[in-house]
Amino acid sequence: MKKDLRVKQTQTMKKVLKYIKAYGGYLALSLVFAVVTVAAALYIPVVTGQVIDHILGPGQVKFSVITQLLWKMGIVIAVTALAQWLMNVCNNKITYEVVQDIRREAFAKIEILPLKFIDGHSHGELVSRVIADVDQFADGLLMGFSQLFTGVVTILGTLLFMLGINVKITLVVVLVTPVSLFVASFIARRTFSMFMLQSATRGEQTALVNEMIENQKVVQAFSKEEDILEQFDEINQRLEKASLKATFFSSLTNPSTRFVNSLVYTGVGLVGAFSAMRGVLTVGQLSCFLSYANQYTKPFNEISGVVTELQNALACAERIFALIEEESQVPEPENVKVLAEVKGNIDLKHVYFSYTPDKKLIEDFNLSVKPGQRVAIVGPTGCGKTTLINLLMRFYDVDSGSILVEGEDIREVTRQSLRESYGMVLQETWLKAGTIRENLKMGKQDASDEEMMEAANAAHAHSFIKRLPKGYDTVIGEEGGSLSVGQKQLLCIARVMLCLPPMLILDEATSSIDTRTEMKIQNAFAKMMKGRTSFIVAHRLSTIQEADMILVMKDGHILEQGSHQELLAQNGFYYELYNSQFVV
Amino acid sequence: MKKLLVYLKNYKKECVLAPLFKMLEASFELVVPLVVSAIIDVGIAAKDSGYILRMCLVMVALGLIGLVCSVTAQYFAAKAAAGFGTKVRHQLFAHIQTFSFSEIDQAGTATLITRMTSDINQVQSGVNMVLRLFLRSPFIVFGAMVMAFTIDTKAALIFVVTIPLLSFVVFGVMAVSIPLYRKVQERLDKVLGITRENLSGARVIRAFHKEEEEKSRFEEGLENLTSMQNYVGKISAFLNPVTYVVINGATIVLLYTGAVQVDLGNLTQGEVVALVNYMSQILVELIKLANLIITITKAYACGNRVSTILEMKSSMPVNLTRTQDVSGTQAIENVPMVQFSHVGLTYQKAGAESLSEVDFTVQKGETVGIIGGTGSGKTSLVHLIPRFYDVTRGEVLIQGKNVKDYPLEELRQKVGIVMQKAVLFQGTIRENLCWGNAAATEEELYQALETAQAKEVVEGKEGKLDALVEQGGKNFSGGQRQRLTIARALVRKPDILILDDSASALDYATDARLRKAIRQMDGSPTVFIVSQRTSSIQHADKIIVLEDGQVAGMGTHQKLLEKCRVYREIYESQFKKQ
Repeated sequence: MKKDLRVKQTQTMKKVLKYIKAYGGYLALSLVFAVVTVAAALYIPVVTGQVIDHILGPGQVKFSVITQLLWKMGIVIAVTALAQWLMNVCNNKITYEVVQDIRREAFAKIEILPLKFIDGHSHGELVSRVIADVDQFADGLLMGFSQLFTGVVTILGTLLFMLGINVKITLVVVLVTPVSLFVASFIARRTFSMFMLQSATRGEQTALVNEMIENQKVVQAFSKEEDILEQFDEINQRLEKASLKATFFSSLTNPSTRFVNSLVYTGVGLVGAFSAMRGVLTVGQLSCFLSYANQYTKPFNEISGVVTELQNALACAERIFALIEEESQVPEPENVKVLAEVKGNIDLKHVYFSYTPDKKLIEDFNLSVKPGQRVAIVGPTGCGKTTLINLLMRFYDVDSGSILVEGEDIREVTRQSLRESYGMVLQETWLKAGTIRENLKMGKQDASDEEMMEAANAAHAHSFIKRLPKGYDTVIGEEGGSLSVGQKQLLCIARVMLCLPPMLILDEATSSIDTRTEMKIQNAFAKMMKGRTSFIVAHRLSTIQEADMILVMKDGHILEQGSHQELLAQNGFYYELYNSQFVV
Repeated sequence: MKKLLVYLKNYKKECVLAPLFKMLEASFELVVPLVVSAIIDVGIAAKDSGYILRMCLVMVALGLIGLVCSVTAQYFAAKAAAGFGTKVRHQLFAHIQTFSFSEIDQAGTATLITRMTSDINQVQSGVNMVLRLFLRSPFIVFGAMVMAFTIDTKAALIFVVTIPLLSFVVFGVMAVSIPLYRKVQERLDKVLGITRENLSGARVIRAFHKEEEEKSRFEEGLENLTSMQNYVGKISAFLNPVTYVVINGATIVLLYTGAVQVDLGNLTQGEVVALVNYMSQILVELIKLANLIITITKAYACGNRVSTILEMKSSMPVNLTRTQDVSGTQAIENVPMVQFSHVGLTYQKAGAESLSEVDFTVQKGETVGIIGGTGSGKTSLVHLIPRFYDVTRGEVLIQGKNVKDYPLEELRQKVGIVMQKAVLFQGTIRENLCWGNAAATEEELYQALETAQAKEVVEGKEGKLDALVEQGGKNFSGGQRQRLTIARALVRKPDILILDDSASALDYATDARLRKAIRQMDGSPTVFIVSQRTSSIQHADKIIVLEDGQVAGMGTHQKLLEKCRVYREIYESQFKKQ
């Protein structure tokens, strides 16, 4: 178990390194500046020592030498400061660019994830990975760069200086130091799982926050504020515990390594003092040695601090990599075709589909639609109408059987050409944050304003858009913001009216629009549907009476099939359904 | 930010003990050089190996005591920080719960979520760092200065000049970077918004094949963010080098002054060494302090953003002062259940009224149909009853009492509302239904399900009432969700039941059965049905026809067909000569 964890950690680290590799130039520069910074910083005590050596006592001060040395010191200081600043800038650059790359990749992944994954995961939790986790990771990475580099270089530099004075005592230092590293890595390994727990609990909390804030109105309607708060507090309590554990145990690293370092310091003092007693070492050299020993061990503290931070960062990185490595939608085959000149021939052959293997939904579904036909799908709720649309648009792939457009299996043509052939208006209206103009032109970027307004007019959206404070340039917030559901739906209809693809899917396209407006839109729809194969899902039977073919679905099967008149004559399920709307 | 510190109140002990133990540890650290000098001056000079061994043991002992102090400090700091984070999170979440929809719109869901999560995390780790390090460093800086004074007043004056200069640099960088970090966060929010949007709108984005475009939009947001981060990073990166220059510049001055003083015989060589050591000790601590300040700057910026949300006032404060006045709750027979008196409603920042001059009375047990075009104000009207919004003109009375005079909870207990958007929450079906009434028995739940025509939905699921509901109710179809949300409202057995176009995903047969069942319910609630189908409301006792926020007609189906043009048009659009 622990070993697994370690293997996982190393794997994550390797992945991180791959991202950093792209910035090798900056990395090299950063290293160079780190070396310059540390070398210059280590040289200053030497100059200082030389100055002091020339301050012997009253009347014995060589001002000419001192002034020269002090000038030299000033220059070294300037070099150190400059190198340090440049190093910091490089480190920032690497960190922020890597983070940008990771976010970019995560987002690109979101765009090609199968809808099954998106439907099946909490959006809040996914967002938290792309935002909060990456941020935390960035913090760890930045700290790692700015302190790990200088730390390592300082250690090496000091080691050289110490070797220059006395090899034996240097060996004492080098032998005791691994203890410090061991302690640090021991604690780090122990705390990794605590950070994982903290991270997971945070994810859980984010998901709850997301769900509840989004549906605040329902929460308030049921006066559930207190209960939700209780639920929140329960997670919050667990988070407090997890967080306390992770914070406390990880913060043990510093004092522990500091203690080991004080042992090193004492060791040097002990061996050095005895050497001095035997005359092998001068007192001046000993004090110099002690100060260097101090400088040598200090970076270990910092490095171990960085190690804990990196643990945390790795735990976050792991979650984000899990998203990036999630299986994508089935890639398009190499010899993929582009659907061209779609007339509207659609065939469904022996289609089987279910969302979960244990619950069968669509079984042996067959359907053949000719160009220009209007297919209406009716049936009680939950009968599989929307599922059929998921399959036609290839949001989901069929389990077996095939769907053909113009004789081509839709799995063998590009998703783009398939989806571009459909115009879709869904029951759940979704608009992106932006201006109304941007939303309307979504399907046809190069449309002129005249065309756009014409489409809006046809969808009866023009009049209400005009009444908005900034007309077509009104910015609508996330998910449509302040517009009513009906208004949003009108915009969705106008969006499709503008691009007019050869096939149409209207899933409850007018469910939130009042019937008077709908009547008017129907005319526009009728015009739009002329010569286009269209699928219409609706509850209002009045809107589908004119369809060429009506599919009556129940439990994933086609129960009845035919025109309105034929179906009524059959005196079956449709007949019952149709009459029920007049029964009160 | 200051306001957030209130939440450390319960951790006073920890907040004092953590820095105190840290300072103790620092004091022991300051003693170590003294021990070393004793080893040199006494031990080596006298060649007393026993003394050297004893002193080395003292050093180990000092290290051990330091370890114990430090661990204690870390524990208290972690405890206070984790507790603080928990409190703030609780407080913020509780505060957001009091927001009405207009505040949520104003702040934005994405922003609220960042505040709840990453911002508070930053503040929490900031608190932890402050408790651990913020006192320790100034303690050593100040201690070094005091020691300098004991050696030589003139040389100590260099310290007196250097320290304020350093503070100026440190706080200067802080003052510049805090507002910039806020900008970084704003841009991060934008990136977050796009991410959320692409998850919730995955279907539409793919249908229009906008993946590439969305990627470039995201890219733009990302680049804006990164360039800002780099810019702020450059400024923060000044901190270390500049403090370094100041300290070492001071060392140069100190050495020169020292040289002059030694030449005059006022100082010894050893004392100059001591002074230089103190100066370098200040440098070491200041580097730590500077790094700490970067963390704190970030935490401070985040803290302020959290505070801003905490300071946002709900536009609908719960009226506590008038809650005592509940004596007249017992309904007298002739007091109308719901009364709208010259009601007008203007949404925040909207130009025109969304409802104006709405005036009607409904008796207990009556069914009211509300019909009208898209955007005519139907939903606004019913949302005034449970007081989701406050009227801007006139008043809404329930059982003769202004809704503003009810405690919110009592008011909303009376009302069962089913919203347009059918929302279910993660959990089981039972948990969702019990939102209506936590104490409902199994029998009551099934009764509500039956009335809502949702019994078959439950029976079709494995585990029945205990079947799992995924987030957002994604494992139920739109119609199933709608029926379950209706059942949820019925479980409450409300005095007033509001169905806000909540049968739109139901077929006519189910819709008809639903209305029939509701009419036969016990306790004869007053029912408001908002619909666009005349068939859903034509048998209501009273139908209110809305157009552009105004009442265009009111009465029974027959009366309206004769007298109300708007109603006739709606009716005919749905039942044209079959």
